[in-house]
Amino acid sequence: MTASRVDLRMAPRILLGLLGLAVVAWMANKASQDGRLFWVVTLNGITLAALFFVVAAGFTLIFGLMRVVNMAHGSLYLLAGYIAFTLQGNWYGVSSNLLSSTPATVTSWIVPLVVATIAIGLGGVLMQQVFLRWNQGQDLRQALITIAISVILADQMVAHFGGIAEAIQPPAAWPQSVSLLGVHYGYFRLVIVVGAAVAIGALLFLAIKRTRFGMIIRAGVDDRSMVSALGVNIQLVFAGAFLIGALLAGLAGVLGGTMLAVQPGNDSAFLLDSLIVVIIGGMGSLGGAAIGSLALGLVSSYANVYLAFGTTDLTNYSILVTFILVVAMLAVRPLGLFGRPA
Amino acid sequence: MSTAPSAIAGPGPTRRGIRLPQWVALGVLALFLVGAPSFVDSFTLSQILTKALWLGIAAASLIFLSSYGGMISLGQTGIYAVAGFTMANLVHAAGGKNLGWDPVAGTAAGIAVATLFGVLCGAIASRSYGIYFLMITLAISVIVFYFFAQVTTLSGYGGIRSVTPPALIGNPVANPLPLYYAAVVASVLVYGGIRYLARTPFGLALQGIRDDPARMQALGFNVALHRTLAFGVGAFIASIAGILSVWYTTQVSPGGINLAQTINILIIAVVGGLYRLEGAWIGAAVFATIDNYSRVWMPNVGDWLGPSRFETVIGVIFLVIVLASPGGLVGIWESLWDRRTRRLAPILAPGIPAMEVVDDAVDHTAAV
Repeated sequence: MTASRVDLRMAPRILLGLLGLAVVAWMANKASQDGRLFWVVTLNGITLAALFFVVAAGFTLIFGLMRVVNMAHGSLYLLAGYIAFTLQGNWYGVSSNLLSSTPATVTSWIVPLVVATIAIGLGGVLMQQVFLRWNQGQDLRQALITIAISVILADQMVAHFGGIAEAIQPPAAWPQSVSLLGVHYGYFRLVIVVGAAVAIGALLFLAIKRTRFGMIIRAGVDDRSMVSALGVNIQLVFAGAFLIGALLAGLAGVLGGTMLAVQPGNDSAFLLDSLIVVIIGGMGSLGGAAIGSLALGLVSSYANVYLAFGTTDLTNYSILVTFILVVAMLAVRPLGLFGRPA
Repeated sequence: MSTAPSAIAGPGPTRRGIRLPQWVALGVLALFLVGAPSFVDSFTLSQILTKALWLGIAAASLIFLSSYGGMISLGQTGIYAVAGFTMANLVHAAGGKNLGWDPVAGTAAGIAVATLFGVLCGAIASRSYGIYFLMITLAISVIVFYFFAQVTTLSGYGGIRSVTPPALIGNPVANPLPLYYAAVVASVLVYGGIRYLARTPFGLALQGIRDDPARMQALGFNVALHRTLAFGVGAFIASIAGILSVWYTTQVSPGGINLAQTINILIIAVVGGLYRLEGAWIGAAVFATIDNYSRVWMPNVGDWLGPSRFETVIGVIFLVIVLASPGGLVGIWESLWDRRTRRLAPILAPGIPAMEVVDDAVDHTAAV
């Protein structure tokens, strides 16, 4: 390997480093001009990242253990939102129309959340047992199967729930906003969603590092056949992992349905977000999912506001920044930050 | 196929040259394609045949990458969208930039831009394999969709309409015949071009990389470069489909390149057969037929099924094909044909079976 060749290999990294520095300088400049706006945009990014993390944690967990890329993950997310929304309306008379609706209480938010999450968890296990269990190891075929399921689910959801954007109502007793470092910010987004994400991250971390189930999962990620040779019922572990992954998709669906909206197209949007998060963080890594979510949430949030130079407003092009983020990551680390070869 | 695709998986049918039944089939197909306008009404010609041909080209770009390169790409829709939108912005149209270029120049520019974009995407994705490659290319397609959905200066509000095709094509709504023949010619060129490319040193190296990237790297081939260039070739083919699709509908809109369309192209390829080039057009013909007639004949079954539930129907067909036959319809046909020929083999072809011809990709049905 000659010296010039080494230099060429370093070139993308140096370029990226310079680009990163320029971006940081630009952001610092913007922050010094309007600190409040910068803080709000940052909070937007963090709350989005929290939601992305809950979705992507389930996605990456299923992949890490079973090598199944669950392309129906976004559909599970959206279906949970629709189930919770329908239950809130049918059981408690809460609807998106605030004029005719009874105000939501803590019960009429929590019960649909729990029921929808459990229903999606069980649905996910059913999907795994019926369609994926018998072709273990054929990862491409499993991806195609889950794509087929997502196509059917997307169409059926349009048929049953219509094409209008709905929203799950948070309990009216909760405050509208909280004050943090001088700005008022949405209580639900900041306290509930971020709290849920942190709690789930901590629980998953402890479960994976400290419990026997987590030990088996970590061993299974490294060597499935060895684990099953040691007498562990690996099929049960797979079903358990799929259950947790689907539960997380369901929980995220209700959180997202309350924080943003429940509407057709959310399934592909959150599938894309999960994909980007795990491409950045590395498939199968919980820490990677956390960092990937933060990167995606912050970058898309900043790009939506700060991609304006003087009078040229480029915020319409903000999706390209996400693209550049993915490209930059793949150029430096093809398997993501914490990814390992399958 | 998670890291390195497994090597050849046992003997497939022998295919040295073209046998008599295949000549007959080719002749019938050629007669059908040339003569179709005289015995098919113009609605069917346009809605099924022309549509199947351009969808087939899009699926062929996917099948080219998967059967010869071992890369299942979901990025083809994003790439053909770039071709379509570039062309639509350059020529006379309602909405978009409306720069008023000559349609032929606009077409050439559209294909060139999309191919370059494809090479760039290939460079990004070329170091990834299997399921990672699938995810990265899916992300590319969805990002292209969001780009055109957000940037209304390039996509009009709700799409670019009345895109001017070249004078040779004329108005496809008034007279679908020229566009039909253009699609036939393009399909034949794409099919022949891919079969030719597979026999060139580049194509052979590509198939070597499909089977064992590490070994090809050790032999001194630049694996990433080969995969990048192959992706560029796939992008070129996809961009032809993109141009035809714009001429076909006379408009292009973000709604036509969303995730559903990305998956439709995948469905066409898988239903036809992910590892046989012919499968592209077979899958597209099945898709266009169901697309058209299910909207008329499908009975209402509660909210579950009905004339507007086309996606459910095609999704179920896709699911059944993936579960039952990884080789798609062509795979089913070939396994039936194999069973027949194996029984008749001593009668039909006495002697030693010929060596496998290199461009034969059928063996990789085992890899899915």
